[in-house]
Amino acid sequence: MALSKPWFVERSRRRFAMTRECGLLLLVPAPDGVRSGEHLRVIRQDRNPGSDPLFSGLFSAHTRSLDPSVELLQNNPCLTEFITSVLAMPEPNPSILSFTLRLAGILAASESRFQHLQQEKLLARLFGADGPLNSTLWEDASVRSGWVKGVHRMAQHQPALHFLCNGGGLDVVFSLQGDPSLFVASAASKLLVHMLTFSVESETTKPLTTMDCDWPACAQMIIKHIEDSLRSRSASHIEQSLKLLTSVFGSCRAMWTAVLWSGVAKQVESFLTEETVQVQHMLASLLLNVAWSPVFCDTEGSIWPLVTSALEHLTPVQAGPLAAGLLRFYKCPQDVRIQALTVLLQPMDCILRAASQPLEHAGLLDESVSDPTTLESLLCSKSSCVSLLCQTLARLEELLSLARSRVDLPHASLLRALMTLLQFCNGFLSPASPLGSTISRILINCFRVQRSALGVLAALSERKGCDALIESLFEVLLAYLESPNTSPTVLKKTFQATSRWLVHLQEPSCSNSQQQHTEKILKDVFLVLQKHLCSPCWEVRDSSLEFLAVLIDRLKDRDEFRQSLLSSAVPRLTENLLEDPESYVRASAVTAVGHLAFITHFAPESPVVGNQYNKENTVAKLQEILSTDTEGFPRRAVISVFTEWLTQGCTAQLEDTEQFVSRVIQTVEQDLDWEVRLRGLELVSIFCSQTISRLGRPECPYAPVPSKVTKSINPIELLQIFCRAKLFGFLFRSLCDCDRPVAQRACDILIILEGHFYPIRHLKESQMTANPAGGQGIAWLQRTLRQGSLAQNFPTDGDNGVDFQDAESMMLALGTIDFIEIHDEVNKSSAHVEESPQSLLQDILATVGTVEDNEVDCY
Amino acid sequence: MLDCGLDMTSTLNFLPLPLVQSPRLSKLPGWVLKDGSTFLDKELKECSGHVFVDSVPEFCLPETELLDLSTVDVILISNYHCMMALPYITEYTGFAGTVYATEPTVQIGRLLMEELVNSIERVPKAQSASMWKNKEVQRLLPAPLKDAVEVSMWRKCYTMPEVNAALSKIQLVGYSQKIELFGAVQVTPLSSGYALGSSNWIIQSHYEKVSYVSGSSLLTTHPQPMDQASLKNSDVLILTGLTQIPTANPDGMVGEFCSNLAMTVRNGGNVLVPCYPSGVIYDLLECLYQYIDSAGLSNVPFYFISPVANSSLEFSQIFAEWLCHNKQTKVYLPEPPFPHAELIQTNKLKHYPSIHGDFSNDFKQPCVVFTGHPSLRFGDVVHFMELWGKSSLNTVIFTEPDFSYLDALAPYQPLAMKCVYCPIDTRLNFIQVSKLLKEVQPLHVVCPEQYTQPPPTQAHRTDLMIDCQPPPMSYRRAEVLTLPYKRRYEKIEIMPELADSLVPLEIKPGISLATVSAVLHTKDNKHVLQLPPKPPQPPASKKRKRVSDDVPECKPLKPLLSGSIPVDQFVQTLEKHGFSDVKVEDTAKGHIVLLQEAETLIQIEEDSTHIICDNDEPLRVKLRDLVLKFLQKF
Repeated sequence: MALSKPWFVERSRRRFAMTRECGLLLLVPAPDGVRSGEHLRVIRQDRNPGSDPLFSGLFSAHTRSLDPSVELLQNNPCLTEFITSVLAMPEPNPSILSFTLRLAGILAASESRFQHLQQEKLLARLFGADGPLNSTLWEDASVRSGWVKGVHRMAQHQPALHFLCNGGGLDVVFSLQGDPSLFVASAASKLLVHMLTFSVESETTKPLTTMDCDWPACAQMIIKHIEDSLRSRSASHIEQSLKLLTSVFGSCRAMWTAVLWSGVAKQVESFLTEETVQVQHMLASLLLNVAWSPVFCDTEGSIWPLVTSALEHLTPVQAGPLAAGLLRFYKCPQDVRIQALTVLLQPMDCILRAASQPLEHAGLLDESVSDPTTLESLLCSKSSCVSLLCQTLARLEELLSLARSRVDLPHASLLRALMTLLQFCNGFLSPASPLGSTISRILINCFRVQRSALGVLAALSERKGCDALIESLFEVLLAYLESPNTSPTVLKKTFQATSRWLVHLQEPSCSNSQQQHTEKILKDVFLVLQKHLCSPCWEVRDSSLEFLAVLIDRLKDRDEFRQSLLSSAVPRLTENLLEDPESYVRASAVTAVGHLAFITHFAPESPVVGNQYNKENTVAKLQEILSTDTEGFPRRAVISVFTEWLTQGCTAQLEDTEQFVSRVIQTVEQDLDWEVRLRGLELVSIFCSQTISRLGRPECPYAPVPSKVTKSINPIELLQIFCRAKLFGFLFRSLCDCDRPVAQRACDILIILEGHFYPIRHLKESQMTANPAGGQGIAWLQRTLRQGSLAQNFPTDGDNGVDFQDAESMMLALGTIDFIEIHDEVNKSSAHVEESPQSLLQDILATVGTVEDNEVDCY
Repeated sequence: MLDCGLDMTSTLNFLPLPLVQSPRLSKLPGWVLKDGSTFLDKELKECSGHVFVDSVPEFCLPETELLDLSTVDVILISNYHCMMALPYITEYTGFAGTVYATEPTVQIGRLLMEELVNSIERVPKAQSASMWKNKEVQRLLPAPLKDAVEVSMWRKCYTMPEVNAALSKIQLVGYSQKIELFGAVQVTPLSSGYALGSSNWIIQSHYEKVSYVSGSSLLTTHPQPMDQASLKNSDVLILTGLTQIPTANPDGMVGEFCSNLAMTVRNGGNVLVPCYPSGVIYDLLECLYQYIDSAGLSNVPFYFISPVANSSLEFSQIFAEWLCHNKQTKVYLPEPPFPHAELIQTNKLKHYPSIHGDFSNDFKQPCVVFTGHPSLRFGDVVHFMELWGKSSLNTVIFTEPDFSYLDALAPYQPLAMKCVYCPIDTRLNFIQVSKLLKEVQPLHVVCPEQYTQPPPTQAHRTDLMIDCQPPPMSYRRAEVLTLPYKRRYEKIEIMPELADSLVPLEIKPGISLATVSAVLHTKDNKHVLQLPPKPPQPPASKKRKRVSDDVPECKPLKPLLSGSIPVDQFVQTLEKHGFSDVKVEDTAKGHIVLLQEAETLIQIEEDSTHIICDNDEPLRVKLRDLVLKFLQKF
């Protein structure tokens, strides 16, 4: 299929950053006689190269890596020739013009080159009034974008700033803030932020104060523009300036920003109550950035009254982000923090009040910050109600997820509000107020709100003070779990919340009275889980198994949990799902069965349950999946389960661990899925470390903690264990694996083994001297393995191949091969040669005159 | 008459009819009144605190008191569930009209009736209870018998000859077919998407349109999708047959059904699904077809037991034109549209006319049995309830929404088997109705009162009621409602000869008028304008003219005038014709032109002009002619 770009352009997107070598290749005449600038000629002739960001990045990286002096232009006249020739074109391609503008900007970023280009009178023709500004090409957004980016690149020194301020360029940037292309408008705004910051920081000689405020000329112009815009009655101009201020205060924390703020604060404050111009939605971000700035937060009485006023005057939707941002800010004054919290909780308070009789429940808040009728009207409209609640809930979940939050959320009331909300959503609540009826009507079966509320509910499980409500909470959760109307995504969230709260219920901190309910709750949960494990919807079966795995993982040590689980049909149904037609479900079933085995097979007193699989059958079934399942997910899950079993020391109960590992390795090394092979290496790694820890030499005689080594055996005997487990064949083959992570992991393990068996470097070096072939690294090993020539250098059992099961051979291999070198080699990209920038540039040159031919020969 | 459904909930008051002698049922104690009277103990039996009539089940007939059904000209049937009372109407009331229904409706309706008759007739009951129906006795009975409505009107099931006679009165129609009813209105069935051949009906005249929306579904199931577009521009939309379980999402219920089925079978239990022989069962079998392999249930036998099981499964495959698009395309492959054909071929689904015969040889457990009747009062389901009710491994799954499952189970208590209620009702819910009404925008909606308020058990669920503007007109049982429209126009045809004789005069651009003299001929609600008869020839003889020869006398008509008189121009014209002393006065309705010398007034108003002068006829005529110059004549 023909593409619009040459094939090398597509390919280059995936390539590495530019290096100095590339730069040289780019401009210096090539040894084969291709003249300097050939690449530029190719680009100029190409039909649409400038739209590709590659070139901008290419030249940007290149020029940064080269000498910033003017010699670059003098030694490479092709650059100015290129710009001149493009400008001489009667109707240049907009993409080429855009590229040229960016290239010129990059070149003019150095002051000396800027002067050179000025002398050549190129800059005025590019960025001044004589440039594309007044031509029809300006209507093309790519040209405007190139212009702004070029100017941004150029504006790195004072002469460039003066050129822009005096030549009318700044006015163009002002106008581009309102450009119909969002990319251009955004770039213009960023440019103004840069120019203001750079101007103030490079051109002021003494610190600015509100009393003595002598802005540099460029900054003066920008600030005047901001102030004028804010005073105008045009909402779009005000929005542009507010956006600019937001970016300035967000990116710059210098003291001069306080002076800037003092000039605009009053005007900004007026927008809070302004009714004719609606720009309130822009204020939260601005105020948040100002409040977060260290310049303001320490000064008393500056920003906080305005923030407080904003919390009062902005609508709940507008004030939400401000409130959430303030609550994350540890330097926020306590009174403002309380007010922000009030704003954030107000919708939940309204929900709670709407659901209950007056005075029945106190609600969440004692008083509201803003007009409650505004909030009520928002909650009475379907679109705003759902959106406001979802935003509020997302912020609450975020706050609750913060490990060290200083927010004192009223956990119990919040939990009650969440339960109310969830009951509104499933129609189980009979509201007592007209507002409640309206909200109920809107929220019934609203999955978005259900998901968000369940997310907060889960996060709340780790907070204190909710124990009194646990019984009601589980009623709500069980209603969701049992309802056929619960959507699969909501069910998944319900499972997550339920597992978190069940874990909480089992914590010693939870009151005894609550724990007494556990048995009943667990029974109900497992009853409903049975049903979901038989669901025709695979997502439901999958999330049910995930839920079960989490529960077992967290609660397997609790008696009542084990009893409830084993007395239900859940274990048997879970085992059935190992045969599920859906691979995701099989994978989850494997994980769940793996976890289940800790209770059914590996626990000290494993109960006899009527499962179809006993211990041996379970292992056999999982091994069957590992060797025969057509999908990767279940196989990955099996190897993870085996690794977990090995980590927990359970495999010893199954059979000889050596044999177990050996059999797994033999299956895994044939697997086509690299993740399975990688996870197999994890298993090997753990087996090695456990064996060494158990039988190897003591690590350090002076270690404060005694080593676990029970019986030290000599290194050859230790290696014999690994050889019997057929470990080395897998490791060495993995070194040559076509998937790099596998090779890297194998190399890491071999380095650890090498470190154990050759703890002193010179011992290894003596081996290498004796066996010079070992120093040739991975390329040698790969070639040798493929060709069978390894036999020539390693002692063998008589055949030509290497005997990976011979401990002495392996000892020699560990002592001979330079794994560090191999490590460096495999850490390089497998395609690092082909994908290097040099390769790209060579490709560009190679395509001279052959672009058409190559057009169809692409990826 | 729109539909004639049969209220079968009355059967819930009766004891089940077991196919084989049930020791449990036969040993139930007779009911004794509080005062110890035992005169009802043969008729009423007590089971777990509930009282049941020990007699052949009876059915509650449609309202017959309000209307003389012999005067009904036409019955429109919406779907096969809504025709179950047809034999009672056609065979007992003197009905002499026509019934209109689609072919699948008739065929499947026949199957339902046949199954009903068969289920009841094959278990003859020796006794028939009637004492309890006495009003004085009834008020002494416990609920719900005490509150049963019009028990004296309850009737035993009809017979097959009556069914055949009733069905012979049905005229088959196809979707979008226009049927003239006595020239007065045209009726058209439209696909309603609920069941095979299910219809909504358009009843329209030339200027009015009434839509009757009965059981309809917007879900993608096996029938043709609902035709919504044709319901647009209705003056009145009569809405009924919404889902009976608005809180139960059919998809969720199917999932629940499958989960419970699989769970029971995996635990070694049997599953009993009381169902009708047609309808949702097709979708359930299709769902199970996709599910059983993945759920590891391939070796579990599925039995469909009904006297009409075979016909139902086969009929469904031959009504290709009534199926949804996907299933229609399968027919051309050629493949059976429903996958239950494959289930039958692979022996996963077996069907039998009854539990006797082959079934008893093939029966293996654990298994899944689909059988009727959903009321659990008759049919093979009674046998399985008795057989499996004692084991908690077994499950009965209710999928039909027509009966309260608790009431259905009442005579089987105490029951060990698990009961799962998964009502699958694909008919419109309130959200769908709301969207439908926004889409088709009828001027008025008429619906049962129940749809205008939340369900009594969930008074807070204001989302479970019809919400439309203007608010719907509601009706309750036996209420007479005047539909909110009037027939103001009739279409009249003009015979070509008459039309040819008309001479239209354009009075405004685009508007032409012509006077018509014709005879209006009305017959069968059709109106035709014909040429007036020619003037009578002078009598050839002096015979006295007969009355029948008398024809209307056609006098020559004066021309009709139109237009308005511009006063200024009229005054100028008067002055041109010698009237010099013209004065004009403005009045509320027009102008008065005063000719002082002639002592004459010309009163010009919007719809009349008067010339008032004293006995000067020449002057009046002159002025009249001047006025007429400004008006158009035709």
